[in-house]
Amino acid sequence: MVLTGAGSRREELALIRALKRGDEKAFRQLVAEQHKSMLAFSRAFLRNPAAAEEAVQETWLAVISGIGRFEERSSLKSWTFAVLANIARTKATRDGRSISFTDLGYGDAAVDPDRFAGDGSWLSPPGRWSEINPERIVGARQLLAHAMAVLETLPPNQRAVVTLRDLEGLSSKETCAILEVSEANQRILLHRGRSRIRAVVEELMGTVQGRL
Amino acid sequence: MLSCREISETATNYMEGALTLRQRAGFRMHLLMCKHCRVYVDQLAKTVELLKLGQINWDTTEPDPRVIESFRDSAGKS
Repeated sequence: MVLTGAGSRREELALIRALKRGDEKAFRQLVAEQHKSMLAFSRAFLRNPAAAEEAVQETWLAVISGIGRFEERSSLKSWTFAVLANIARTKATRDGRSISFTDLGYGDAAVDPDRFAGDGSWLSPPGRWSEINPERIVGARQLLAHAMAVLETLPPNQRAVVTLRDLEGLSSKETCAILEVSEANQRILLHRGRSRIRAVVEELMGTVQGRL
Repeated sequence: MLSCREISETATNYMEGALTLRQRAGFRMHLLMCKHCRVYVDQLAKTVELLKLGQINWDTTEPDPRVIESFRDSAGKS
């Protein structure tokens, strides 16, 4: 993985230079690594799968024509997602379907309110997920598949934020710039999205405890 | 004193370092005393770990022929 992990900045610089040189192998690698997540991100803006795919293809063309002027001090991933967001946003607006970053889903509770007593303390507390830890989580493919399926069902604004922050590992600053959303709103969307996924994983893990 | 329900609503702000000093202290105080909320915050953190693997596990894709053609065309020109 060239584009993931904090220690890969040097590899990223090497990739950017290779792209600027016209190294086809480097470009194929970039597409291989990024295309699927760009498509998922694009679908948050565009419900029509063909339109979402088209936006990603246009993004690749824009990346190709813009890479020569790309400044190496910014992140390649952040840039490609910003280009994609602009293209997808324009298409969505044209179709009268722009996604709202002001409808934050305030009504959604992070945790089912029935699990709390009147004073806000746990009635049905969460149970320990001892089987999940980052090293062993890779074995939990099914769990991951479910989490990704829930991600697909999130409201578009939450899905866009969770995709950039948690899947792509972009910073909140980069995410806010790409989505043109304030930091506070971004955090609310992130929390709503993560919470919904947590709730589903919790159910799958069967660790919801009975009433105290 | 924060309630467990309030903890569940502010956990991301806590993880993001977006609480004021005072709120942060209140949050930590609650965690010290409440094992259920420690479990809750841990679950949220593990959810994030799980999602991270989502990116790594995408299938890889071959570029569209139009795209690769355009890349070849522009190679060396920039």
